[in-house]
Amino acid sequence: MVDYPKSDTGRAPVSQKRQVISPGNNGADGSAQVALTIDGQQVNVPVGTTILEAAKQVGIHIPTLCAHHDLCVAGVCRVCVVEVEGMRTLQASCAYPVSQPMNIQTHTRKVRQARRHIIDLMLSHHYGECYACGRNNNCELQALAKEYGVDFFRFGHPEKPEHEIDNSSHSVVRDMNKCVLCRRCVRTCIDLQEVGALEAINRGDKTRIATFMDQPLASVVCINCGQCINRCPTGALRANDPTDEVWAAIDDPTKHVVIQTAPAPRAAIGECFGLPPGRALTFEMNTALRVCGFDRVFDTNFTADLTILEEGTELLLRLQKALKETSGPVALPQFTSCSPGWIKYLEHFYPEYIPNVSTAKSPQQMFGAITKTYYAKLHGIDPKDIVTVALMPCSAKKFECNRPEMVDSGFKDVDYGLTTRELAKMIQEAGIDLPNMQPSDFDEPFGTATGSGVIFGATGGVMEAALRTVIELVVGVKVENLFEHADIIPVRGMDGIRCVELKIPSVGPVPDILKPLFESWEFLNGATLKVAIAHGTANAHKVMEDIKNGGPMSQFHFIEFMGCPGGCIGGGGQPIPTSLEIRQARAKAIYGEDSSSKIRKSHENPHVLKFYKEFLTEGPCGHLSHKLLHTHYTPRGKFITP
Amino acid sequence: MIAPKNRGPMSYDTVKAEAGLTAALAKTPAEVVATLTESGLKGRGGAGFPTGLKWKFAAESQGQDKYVICNADEGEPGTFKDRFLLTDYAGLVMDGMTAGGWAIGAKHGIIYLRGEYTYMCAHLEALLQARRDKQLLGKNVGGHQGFDFDIEIRMGSGAYVCGEETALIESLEGQRGEPRNRPPFPVDTGFMDKPSIVNNVETFAYVACILVKGADWFKKTGTAKSTGLKIFSVSGDCERPGVYEFPMGITVADLLSAVGGSDAKAVQIGGASGYCAPAAEFNRTIAYEDIATGGSIIVFGQNRDMLKVAKNFLEFFVEESCGQCTPCRDGNPKLLEGVELLEKGRCSTKYLSELCSLGETMQLASKCGLGQTSANAFLSIVKHFGPDVMARTPHCAGHRKS
Repeated sequence: MVDYPKSDTGRAPVSQKRQVISPGNNGADGSAQVALTIDGQQVNVPVGTTILEAAKQVGIHIPTLCAHHDLCVAGVCRVCVVEVEGMRTLQASCAYPVSQPMNIQTHTRKVRQARRHIIDLMLSHHYGECYACGRNNNCELQALAKEYGVDFFRFGHPEKPEHEIDNSSHSVVRDMNKCVLCRRCVRTCIDLQEVGALEAINRGDKTRIATFMDQPLASVVCINCGQCINRCPTGALRANDPTDEVWAAIDDPTKHVVIQTAPAPRAAIGECFGLPPGRALTFEMNTALRVCGFDRVFDTNFTADLTILEEGTELLLRLQKALKETSGPVALPQFTSCSPGWIKYLEHFYPEYIPNVSTAKSPQQMFGAITKTYYAKLHGIDPKDIVTVALMPCSAKKFECNRPEMVDSGFKDVDYGLTTRELAKMIQEAGIDLPNMQPSDFDEPFGTATGSGVIFGATGGVMEAALRTVIELVVGVKVENLFEHADIIPVRGMDGIRCVELKIPSVGPVPDILKPLFESWEFLNGATLKVAIAHGTANAHKVMEDIKNGGPMSQFHFIEFMGCPGGCIGGGGQPIPTSLEIRQARAKAIYGEDSSSKIRKSHENPHVLKFYKEFLTEGPCGHLSHKLLHTHYTPRGKFITP
Repeated sequence: MIAPKNRGPMSYDTVKAEAGLTAALAKTPAEVVATLTESGLKGRGGAGFPTGLKWKFAAESQGQDKYVICNADEGEPGTFKDRFLLTDYAGLVMDGMTAGGWAIGAKHGIIYLRGEYTYMCAHLEALLQARRDKQLLGKNVGGHQGFDFDIEIRMGSGAYVCGEETALIESLEGQRGEPRNRPPFPVDTGFMDKPSIVNNVETFAYVACILVKGADWFKKTGTAKSTGLKIFSVSGDCERPGVYEFPMGITVADLLSAVGGSDAKAVQIGGASGYCAPAAEFNRTIAYEDIATGGSIIVFGQNRDMLKVAKNFLEFFVEESCGQCTPCRDGNPKLLEGVELLEKGRCSTKYLSELCSLGETMQLASKCGLGQTSANAFLSIVKHFGPDVMARTPHCAGHRKS
């Protein structure tokens, strides 16, 4: 058994790693129990369970602020304090792993007084009015204030902002006037994502969250993943919102405004309208977008299918070079390129591995490029009058569409990136009751998408889509014959790093579309394709270190990397809050949509094939394809000059 | 080196350096722990955790690498006894640390030395080297096959909070000096996640004395719950400020008369984080069960303005809070603002009582000892010195004469 890097070990800084409280850490056989009495109720829990978790089990609510399911324990806000019999001080229930029987009270006078004081202290530094905040009604501080009946500012309230708002980044805006120093963003950035763009600086009342040398966010190693936004309890972190510009384009009669919608937002936008996570509103959203005033509603899955053909072909070319021709080194494993958070992570931390990244653009950027070329030509619209908007689950996509090289159509390929949250706001502003809209289809000529395109939204989806196509094109047999219902289950799931080996049993003839590039598949006959999936840059970090050290993963062929935990469904533009359960529910919706798709494989998308026939006549990785659909990357490193 | 002006007789004078180690090595590790438990020695940094128990936990903790850490980050305002001990009796401290290594099975000792004591480094390094030369540190310490122990000095950088043991460990690991959640405790998960004992300089020195003179010698002074002797750093409005050794359980009045401060208006016991006792309470005792202290005694004469005293301490905590938890980070500035309002005669009694209950919240809900004690001085001064605190009126702000 090869010792692949595990996804569940070795999280960043030791100081924070140790504070991950594992309920599993309970004696040799893992079964040691401890008896607690919480507000008079008896409960037995495994040793190591926090008081907070134990209380939850008996239905007792303890308020929290700095605690978050995805993050290591901090115990800094102190809102969750409880009184434990025999202890002089109150204990933070989120940070107290039980090991002995305890008698706990969750709402004594001392506890209530402490919580109210703590909330009042936070409010005394929290500048701004709730009704002028993007997190109004979705703010944990606001909810706490309500829960504790705050009706005046006991310790005052700032009259003036103290900090300048940092909107240097295309993706993440930092308004430290609203920060309550819960440090979730720091733990997200350092521990969950292992990026380390944010850290607390100074001491005492001068403590604040800052970037390296207080540089603007755009000038540090921030990868724009926006995971900090998803976990910020207040409005201190938000995405850079282009809604006003989008409305202006819609209102401008000379502009032809098209929107492409990625798969992940559909599985999540319902959460902004009070629906439980996991209900896809794909077709209701199409209608709503038209009501909002978008001229065309396209499906990003079309270019996801295109990505599979381009990226898959690129992989086969690399494999041909490595296995057949022996001249010169080949950059393998090939890395996927659709996640802009991952790409910027690689550019900062592993720039020497840029040759390994597929040159295929992300589906968003491919869509922009073909909308302002192919689509413009097809409909006789001057591309300068086309405004392309991308609905993405992602904050990094905003940065991606602003990359200076993304102008291959002769114009800015994608004008604006909208997050799921921002679109929900537009839909609300237009007075639309999204869940109850009549469903409608996507517009032609990019109306048909496959199940493969849809699953791009979940971790492992790109890999599954690529495998469906590559296996079928190479082996020449239906993927259904190898995997039931074409579901390649081993690549799915939420494990941080997943490795799969597939033996190619036999090869078939080269299909027409690839004949300009390949004579035969003989070089793959009997080969074992080694692929892996990593999501969240902490896991990407582990894989990259393994590759760098010549570990087993350096012998792999193809690796899917997603910047965000869970893949796009857990993206930095998705509805707040987030948790593993929420991400799993969204993933389920995505796989449900794939399962019910008529066409499941990218290379069977008739519109994609038509597109190659009519427009990219040289086929995948041809000349025009390289011009429009491929790109290059920027080695950034960690030392950035402003 | 800065020597204190006055010093009383010390029991350390009766114990030779190295004798403590010899005595320790003559016992089994379990016997060393048992002797300390028997002596009733409690942590001399102020928190008062029983030393024997701490060492017992660490000895029982599984793991190869364990650490003995000497907390020499003496930062409590008004405390200078550790500086004095490390200057005059460092050999005893090193004996105590090595005995700790023997008792818990550690190979590594670290002296975490306050940044401001950098000047002491050469002196301590020379002592360590001399001990290595005599095989009192290094391989097979004292000729005991298999007992390897050495001590290194690591410098702090001037943060008061790093005197809190878990913040000290974070600092040693190269992180921001911020206290950790407890449990887990350092005896299980300390420096580099390894079992570690963190003890005060004075505690280690007394360990050496106890091992030489026996638990009974130590127990015969002090009270039942606070056995033995204690070193005090006395400063302020008294005739003979300096470093003294007194038995635990000494009354404030006795201590004051020994240093020539009997006409004091108040005494701050335990430094900025301690308790401000008014003259009416001078019959109380200094002991863990009454008024606990890490050794700082600041005497305030009749002319002192107690509100200014409270302000001074709060300014210190506003600056020195690590900034991690809400009650301490945001509570101390609120108390300070309150004192400033009081100075101007603009603080209502209602708001003052709100601030006092905030002080109680800080004591109860802060993450570490710093926050839990930072309101002590303010609360005790408000309680005992009403006229000083409230007798300001707006028109005489800043002109009040005592």
